[in-house]
Order: sequence, then C-alpha cells, then structure tokens
Amino acid sequence: MIVKSLSETLSGMWSLLVGMKVTAVNFKSPQITVHYPRQVTNLDGYRGHIELVPSDEDPTKSKCIACSNCVRICPGACISLKASKPKKKAAPEKTDAPSTANEAQPESKKEAPPKKAKPELQSFVLDYNYCCLCGLCVESCPSGALRYSSDVYVAGFTRQEFVYDLLSRLQYQAQKKEQ
Amino acid sequence: MNLDLRLDTKGDFYSQRFQPTEREDTLVLNMGPQHPSTHGVLRILLEIDGEYILRAEPVLGYIHRMHEKMAEVMSYPQYLPNPGRTDYLHALAWNWAHVAAVERLMNIEVPERAEYIRVITCELNRISSHLLWWGAILLDLGAFTPIMYAFDDRERIQDIMQRNTGSRLTYCYYRFGGVAADIDDKFIEDTRTECARLKDRAKMFKDLVTDNFILRKRMEEIGEIPIDTCRRYGATGPVLRGSGQPYDVRRAEPYSIYDRFDFKIPAYDTCDSMGRYLVRMDEIQESIKIIEQALDTLPEGDYILPKAPKRPKPPAGDVYFAVEGARGKIGIHLVSDGGKSPYRLKLRAPGFSNLSLFSEVAQGTLIADAVAILASLDLVIPEIDR
Repeated sequence: MIVKSLSETLSGMWSLLVGMKVTAVNFKSPQITVHYPRQVTNLDGYRGHIELVPSDEDPTKSKCIACSNCVRICPGACISLKASKPKKKAAPEKTDAPSTANEAQPESKKEAPPKKAKPELQSFVLDYNYCCLCGLCVESCPSGALRYSSDVYVAGFTRQEFVYDLLSRLQYQAQKKEQ
Repeated sequence: MNLDLRLDTKGDFYSQRFQPTEREDTLVLNMGPQHPSTHGVLRILLEIDGEYILRAEPVLGYIHRMHEKMAEVMSYPQYLPNPGRTDYLHALAWNWAHVAAVERLMNIEVPERAEYIRVITCELNRISSHLLWWGAILLDLGAFTPIMYAFDDRERIQDIMQRNTGSRLTYCYYRFGGVAADIDDKFIEDTRTECARLKDRAKMFKDLVTDNFILRKRMEEIGEIPIDTCRRYGATGPVLRGSGQPYDVRRAEPYSIYDRFDFKIPAYDTCDSMGRYLVRMDEIQESIKIIEQALDTLPEGDYILPKAPKRPKPPAGDVYFAVEGARGKIGIHLVSDGGKSPYRLKLRAPGFSNLSLFSEVAQGTLIADAVAILASLDLVIPEIDR
C-alpha cells in the first residue's frame, strides 16, 4: 500500500519534471509572436469590405453594369445601388443638341441597336454594419466590378461611419492617384 | 396558495421551478450565463450541498438566433454563411452538411478535386477546433500555458486557411457543386509543413499535459458516462467514442470520399473525462493522416462544377444529410417545396445531445469536477442554441 502510493507520488513528480523540461526548452526557443502594429505578417489574402473595380477606360467610373445581382443575393441586404435609366445614344447627328432622356428614348429604340442601352451607375452604397463578409456579392457579379478592399484599420464612433458610398470612394481614389 | 409562494420566491422562471425540494440546507446556485467555464452564455442551475452537486440543470436559449427560421426566408445561396455561424469552431463541417444536403436533393455530382479540397480543409478545421478545445479545457482546469502552445499551431492553420477561404474563423467556403476557390501550391506546401509539425508537437503535448500527474488526477475516473447514457441521450462524437463505441459518421455512413482513406476511429472504454480527452488527441493525429493521404492523391480538375446552379431550386421533397463534426454528428434535414428557399430546415446540433446528459452525470460530483465534465463535453453554445 505504502509502496504503491510512494511510487505513484514519485512518478507523478517525474511527470511534473518532464513538463517543466518542455517549458524550459520553449523558454530558450526563439520568439514566435510578432509585435503587431510595427510588424505585420499575414495580411495577404485579407478580405476587407467590398469595393468597386475601376473600369479600364476611365478610372473614375466603375465596371458595374447595375444588374442588381449583388443586391439580390446579399444575405444582410446591405447593398443598395441606384442607376440612371438607360440613356440611349442617339444618332451622331443629333448629339449636338441633346434632348432629354424621355424624348430620346422612343427615337433611339427604333434606330440605335439595343446593345448600347446601358444603365449608368449613380450610387453604390454599402452598409458595412450588416455585412457578414461572405463574399457572395463578389462571386455573383457578372462584370467583375466588385472586389475585396484591404482596409484593415476600420474603427469608428458612430454607425453612420460604416455606411460607405463606394462610388465616391472610387472617384476619390482615382483623383488621389492622378495627383 | 401556490401563487403566493411563488411571488415570495426570489429568482426567475427557471430558478423558481427548480426550488421545490425537501431539504432545507441546500443552496441553489447559478453557474453562468456569464461564467468562464461555460464557454459562452450557458447557464446551469445547481442545487448544492457544500461543494457537492445534488442536481444540475442547463438553461439554454441565451444566444438563440433563429437559424432554422432564417433558412425559410432566405434563398439557398443566401443561407450559405449561416451554418458556419452556428458552430464557429468547426464551421466547415456545418457548411458541408448544408451544401451536401442541397446537392443530394438536386443530384449534383461534385467534381473529384472539389471533394478532395473539402476533405483537406474540413480536417484542417477539425484540428484547429480540437486544438482550441485542448487549450480551453486546460484553462478551465487551471493550467494557463498550454493554450498558448495550442494557439501557436492554431494560428498557423488559420494562416493557411485564410489564403483560400478568405476568413479565419467563420468559414463560408463550400458552394453548391464545389468550393469557392481553388487551392494552390503554396497551400499544399504549407499544409504538409504544418502536418509534419503537428506530428512532432504530439510528443510535446503528451509530455507537457497528457502525462501530467495533476491532470490525470483531475480527469481520470471523473465524469463517467456509461454507454447506455450516451445512447439514451443520443450523444455522438468524442463523447460517445470516449465511452467505448467507435461510431463515426465518416466510417458508419461514408459521405464524400472518406471511404478512400485509411484512418482509425479512436475509442476508449474508460468512459471518463480522460477517455474523451484522449479520443480528441488521437483524432488530431488521424486527421493529419487523412490530410496527407488526400494531398498525395489530389487530382487535377475543376474545383467547382462548371454548370453549378447559381440560384438552386431543388425539386420538392426532403433529404437528410449527416457529417461528422468535431463535436459529433451534424445533421441537416431539408424539406423543399420546389421554391427558391427551403420549406423547413432542421439542424441537428451534436452539442445539444451531449449537453443533455450533463444533468445526469453531474449528480453527486464536486463543482470543480463538474467544470471538468462540462469542458470534456466540448460545448459550443451558439451551436446548441442555434
């Protein structure tokens, strides 16, 4: 009985010493943590909030064709976009004196091919408060107009700060790049 | 008369109904909802006599978010992020169950490569879930250091997963007919390195913790769950395997391509907390085996079906799909009426069944042991409350 408890105690003590050895070995091993704000290691592949991709011709304009696929698929209903009614390009002679969109429409329907009837994006607002970063909008976009930004440092005091007007953001970024 | 008594009694609905007892020298104590050892907002009502628990009753529902109801008002792709939010530690298994249920109903054949990617990422996720549990149970038992070692490995796994899934915790990676993004050479290389590293670490985990005298005293012969109790409550996963029954959905009803891999189902018939602990530690090694085999035989091809439905509309009917999560059997019962959203979606959370047996097992134990039992069940409260 005594022998048994004694051997148990001794083996128990030994197990603690083995554990201490692990600690001692790791104590000498090099540091594995990083000094975060000064040292950033794993931000590639980071998916921030979405942003609009500039079109190839004009960096202030988006590739968006205003099909509203992203609006429909978003689980949090946090995207809202507005698009102008399709402005039909009239025949070249008439462009000198542009009429209002309403008047131009019936004429162009007959003359211009329907291919040019592109709605133009007027505003694209993301309510980041309700976004769950699932990325379904990016996947559903047929024109590749959405991508993830690399904005890591987002913090604010009010909810309104997280309602992003992405089109103005795109225009601002394009202007900044020019300067 | 009863009504008057109730007005006099302090406490809320649950503690009032917990009160009636013949003994007068006992104390009713609330463990939680804000308690570090309950890992979230779980509340347990305890009737205690000194340090001993006479009765215990879990009170649930503090983080109920209507995940099942949400499915009924959302379209199928819109619900994709939800399953990962139930069990945030093994999000991909839930993701898989949901996606596969829809695929089974629509008879979608997933490309070979996508199946392999699913297996690799799901097993990586299982390892990271077990590592977190390993750190957390020791934290509950009063050992602080091990969670730092666990997080060292866990962070590496998250870094690997971040590149293709895009997130570090609540993954939403599987799609109807495949996965969202392909894996590249760097992913494969990093995964191999991490697998090799985890194999080496196993000895360190054993020396530091598993063999530790104090841990063994705290866990051996504590919280014995007989196999009958497991069966009565429908416990699955490591809880059932820790009671000696080697039941694993991956082996019992093989889904995807799990029948191609060679792995063991660890089971211990000690039925105590230590048995459940050892099952999970062995499972980490088995998952590594699966990942390595999958990486060796990874085929080329599509990572998602080219004609995968963007807005699926499964035919009317119902389907059940079960996968093995880190906590047990995850089941999804989907009833479709042919519309763009499910008529009804039932989520079977393994944690719910595993927690249900706690009140029976905790009877007559010390409070400190009840914490060990609770931790050995590996509860994730958002999954239980859904």
